[in-house]
Amino acid sequence: MTAGNPSRPSPGVRKAGMSTTASSRESSTARGAGSSSAAGLGKSDVELPALGPLGMARWAWTQLTKMNTALFLLLLLAVAAVPGSIFPQRIQDPAAVQDYIDNNPALGEWLDRVQLFDVFSSAWFSAIYILLFVSLVGCVLPRAAKHWRAWRAEPPRTPRRLERLPEHRSLALGGRDGAGAPAPGDVVADAARLLRRRGYRVAVRDTGSAAPSVAAERGMWKEVGNIVFHLALLGVLVSVAVGSLFGYKGQKILVEGESFANTLINYDSFTPGTNYNPDWLDPFSVRLDRFEAVFNRDTTDPRSYGAPLDFTAEITVQEPGAEPQPETLKVNAPVNVNGVKSFLIGNGYAPVIRVTDGNGDVAFEGPVVTIPSDGVYTSSLVLKVPDARPDQLGFTGLLLPTAVTGPDGMPRSVDPGLANPQLILSSYYGDLGLDSGVPQNVYVLDVEELTELNGMLSQSGPIAIDAANPVHELPEGKGTIEFLDVKRYVGLDIVYDPGRFGAFISFVLAFTGLLMSMFISRRRVWVRAAKGVDEHGRACTVLEYGLLARGEDPRLATEAERLSKLFTEQWGTADPPGDPAAHRSTNRAWSGPNHD
Amino acid sequence: MTITETLGTWSALFMLLAAMTYLVAFVAFAWDMASHSRTLRRAEHHSRRDEQLVGAATAPAQVNSTAGTTKKADDSRPGLGANERGRGHKPPTRAVLAEHVADSSMRYTGERRPAARAALTIMVLAFLLHTAAVASRAIAAGRVPWGNMYEFATTGALVVAGVYLAALLRRDLRFVGTLVSGLVVIMLCAATIGFPTPVGPLVPALQSWWLVIHVSIAVAASGIFTITFAMAVLQLLQARRERAILAGEAPGMGFLAMVPSSQALENLSFRLNAVGFVFWTFTLAAGAIWAEQSWGRYWGWDPKEVWTFVIWVVYAAYMHARATRGWTGTRSAWLSIAGYLCVIFNFTVVNTVFEGLHSYSGL
Ligand code: HEM
Repeated sequence: MTAGNPSRPSPGVRKAGMSTTASSRESSTARGAGSSSAAGLGKSDVELPALGPLGMARWAWTQLTKMNTALFLLLLLAVAAVPGSIFPQRIQDPAAVQDYIDNNPALGEWLDRVQLFDVFSSAWFSAIYILLFVSLVGCVLPRAAKHWRAWRAEPPRTPRRLERLPEHRSLALGGRDGAGAPAPGDVVADAARLLRRRGYRVAVRDTGSAAPSVAAERGMWKEVGNIVFHLALLGVLVSVAVGSLFGYKGQKILVEGESFANTLINYDSFTPGTNYNPDWLDPFSVRLDRFEAVFNRDTTDPRSYGAPLDFTAEITVQEPGAEPQPETLKVNAPVNVNGVKSFLIGNGYAPVIRVTDGNGDVAFEGPVVTIPSDGVYTSSLVLKVPDARPDQLGFTGLLLPTAVTGPDGMPRSVDPGLANPQLILSSYYGDLGLDSGVPQNVYVLDVEELTELNGMLSQSGPIAIDAANPVHELPEGKGTIEFLDVKRYVGLDIVYDPGRFGAFISFVLAFTGLLMSMFISRRRVWVRAAKGVDEHGRACTVLEYGLLARGEDPRLATEAERLSKLFTEQWGTADPPGDPAAHRSTNRAWSGPNHD
Repeated sequence: MTITETLGTWSALFMLLAAMTYLVAFVAFAWDMASHSRTLRRAEHHSRRDEQLVGAATAPAQVNSTAGTTKKADDSRPGLGANERGRGHKPPTRAVLAEHVADSSMRYTGERRPAARAALTIMVLAFLLHTAAVASRAIAAGRVPWGNMYEFATTGALVVAGVYLAALLRRDLRFVGTLVSGLVVIMLCAATIGFPTPVGPLVPALQSWWLVIHVSIAVAASGIFTITFAMAVLQLLQARRERAILAGEAPGMGFLAMVPSSQALENLSFRLNAVGFVFWTFTLAAGAIWAEQSWGRYWGWDPKEVWTFVIWVVYAAYMHARATRGWTGTRSAWLSIAGYLCVIFNFTVVNTVFEGLHSYSGL
């Protein structure tokens, strides 16, 4: 707030350069040159000063902390984010990125080199937001210092000509019916009191002179809001950084009845933060007791019949040295154990299968997790049985929760519920390649090196087993497969993000600051009282006041009316308040300030 | 037929009726524009002749001031450290322009405009039908009416019309009526033709209070942005016309005589956009909180999140533009338009084409 003397405007000084004197000086240069075209953003609108390294650094800093630069960086940030929605991103789906590269080898490699698959951690995206936040700090700190000084200083001096303010009124006090007019000094003291009660901070001026006045200002919190908003954005950034350094995220599939202990080896996948040490994992364990899925059974609307309505997982959480704790996990309601949150993100069926090998030994027995592929839970299954002898066995196929045979003779599922579960499988034997040391995807069976036993096209046909017909004998005496039961499983995301709380607090601060900054009005009022005569020539005390808003303030006229009302209530007047000329200026003020 | 189905059919019928009624309102608004601006043009013609006698010499000299650059030596109105937002003309220029544009206070003047009155009445009728359509759908589905794209679009259009009608109570904004009713018709047609979806229950991922909070505020913000978009378009046209007037050329686009000055449009849309921005900020944060609850991370740069962020940043840039030299006026109007285009893109392309977690379009 440099305008110590509000009657001498310096249009736009703060508009271009936020606060540093250097930038204000420079923006007036730009104005002097009469350049209107935003003065070029990347290029400077001043001559490059030959100032040596220190001077250059100062110059660069001035450029960086200009409003123009902030605006430019914001727009750049928006543009830079867009490719992150066009190209597949590794943080979203690494497999999709690999597919993209495989399908477009030349382009893909090139895109990868410029980090278009990692937009949000790319050097260029980071550069933009880091510059933006440096600019923000360089902007906001001097602004905060300035506001601190303005807060401690008194409201500015009363302008000589109040009628030049956008809102101006005058009242003639007393003089009616021969009553004595109140003394200007008393009037000003009372006005100061009234204004303070309306939330203004006030300073009485020129007491004892012929025309004492009071300067008042309100809305100092507006600027505080702006500063808090910007600094809180920085807080959000820092919190996000803390989360990605010291947090982790893991996934685990849990079948009914199974338990999961929170240690690294138990995860199906685990992504630690950059600085996270898996030894820090909180040693609790979770057991899935029961999972229930509710599907729409309302037959009145065939289109949404069978749509999922509700998923509920009953789990038991066991912390070391504590009682087991039953909990309920739902889609939008995670379970929180010491800040580690478990989310229900998927579910499906896990048929319980027993495989007996060619030697008559049980080579596998247990639930097999299947992956649902549609609304009726047609689920794909892969089972590798490396322990089978004399040959390793492999199975692929489908689980149909409610199997029906269509008119074409092909079985398919018609409902997500378990009305008639059936397994339709192909079987293979040979070397599964699990001993080669190359990690394999458990959900994919590479059948190239294997020999088919059963299949859609093979002579023996596919395996079809269900509750009525649970056992299937494999051809060539390779063994049997038996369908015992179906269990349900849940897919859990287990997430620890120590930055979460800070991000939330920062947001609340930012939002509060934003509301303050946008909806508090900063206004100044000056009131002056002096002896004068009213329009009938009688002696009176003339109370004159003017209002000024920071920025565009459509309710300034309303505030002026309020003050008029307050003042007339306080003193009564000789004349109806205000003069017609003042009212006309009201309209003008609404259409905006008269500056370039 | 069950009650749900009956209600759903009624809803669709009301929606269709509402769309047609809005279309009639649109025509009436356009008619008002044509007839009213003809009257205004006649008045303008007279005043131009007077102007040639008194003010012709000053007008061209002020051409530059439209771009907000001429330094005003004669203007000594005090400013709070020159913190004023926006730009302005000095009083003589403003007086010249005032002859050619509507009053910037946007208050009702009581002058007779039968077409506008008819348009408003029809628009209110359309709004009532529209409300009935949305309400019956909500009752039929037994939940808030914003669970898929059809519902976002129809409820969003209702908010646009509602915000506009509410604003009309305080300000004479009939001059944007054509644009607003036109946009509402487009939204309803897009919903009915583009994303028809029968009444149905919500998937579990959407069953949350956050749906109510997050989406309702998002729809409200989009409604506000729709109106400021319309105003920004008018502002650009008006600014062009003002330049022509100040240059002493034939301004053309006579209907703009009933529209306030570009400056007044900018001021009002700034205030509306400020509210829209606050809403959008809240949408973004509520979305983050919801995402944290259902997916375990508050921000994952899913395409929908990317675009929500882009929109937020563009409007943040818009908020800055008003305080940045050289970016007020026409440029800030373009930013407002860019922001709105992003909103549209986010709603249409991102929902339907991009793959992400937010695949609830119901298509
Ligand atoms: C992360 C980047 C930023 C965002 C998202 C952002 C956002 C905003 C928003 C929304 C406003 C309007 C609300 C208010 O007045 O509080 C605003 C105002 C402001 N910002 Fe920023 N800002 C950012 C960075 C910056 C930077 C780098 C600067 C300085 C160069 C800056 C300077 C200002 C100033 C001076 C205002 C007040 C303008 C006025 O008085 O009308 N901001 N900012």
